Amino acid sequence: MSRPADPAAAAPAAPPARARTAATDSALLARLRVPARPPSLRIVRRTVREAALVAGADAAWADDLMLAVDEACQNVVRHAYAAAPETGDMVIVVRTHPPSDDGVTVDILDFAPAVDPTRVRGRDLDDVRPGGLGVHLIHAVCEEAGFQPPPDGAGNLFRLVKHFAKPPVDG
Amino acid sequence: MTVDIAARGPATVAALSGEVDLECSPAVRRALLDALRDGRPVIVDLSLVSYIDSSGIASLVEAYQAARKQGTALMLAAVSPAALRVMQLARLDRVFNIRPTVDDALAVLAQ
Repeated sequence: MSRPADPAAAAPAAPPARARTAATDSALLARLRVPARPPSLRIVRRTVREAALVAGADAAWADDLMLAVDEACQNVVRHAYAAAPETGDMVIVVRTHPPSDDGVTVDILDFAPAVDPTRVRGRDLDDVRPGGLGVHLIHAVCEEAGFQPPPDGAGNLFRLVKHFAKPPVDG
Repeated sequence: MTVDIAARGPATVAALSGEVDLECSPAVRRALLDALRDGRPVIVDLSLVSYIDSSGIASLVEAYQAARKQGTALMLAAVSPAALRVMQLARLDRVFNIRPTVDDALAVLAQ
């Protein structure tokens, strides 16, 4: 289902504050490129949290999204550039979730060799060993999380989707 | 992020504050394992933790396992709402020995 084109988008004199892309009908909230190093994670967290608040999230929702994005970026920092640590960048793109701005989508792009998604798994909850916990946290707070085909020039694309309203749970 | 180590009665209190993330969780891990070295019980005060990620939780798990291995008590005390949220998401809130305050943890040790 597609929406009619926003007439404001065709007016070059006054571009809308939140430009919408025709392909996804989502509004860009933030786009950030940082070195894939641990100190960058603080910058990512602040940006994602503020973007979620701008999109209408409450503080607890924004905190959860911030955690999930941090965990996903940690995977880039720790694993994607494993062959040559801290040599590359990562790009974090935060958008409202189409079609009706009912959540937020976060794309995390890196420029490292493609990872094998089958090696990125959650942990067995009966097992208290460190490791795998990050993936579990991502899936605990996001409705969707996974690798997508990366655009040209990128190595990997990991996409998180978190909705504002969860469907009611029976029982 | 800071780790303050202080002796209190029979225990060592390690007070973490700030954001415990990938950048500083190795320092937390080292500080807690060092604190366990002399065999005194360790109380980890988490009241001033504004954020913790999986690497920070993993540091706590590792310290907890090291304590159990050597037969030393390790308790978490005054866990901040932000830290408790992540522990609940990780389903570790019932794995750790969590006390409402440092004083309560000390009282448990005195029993």
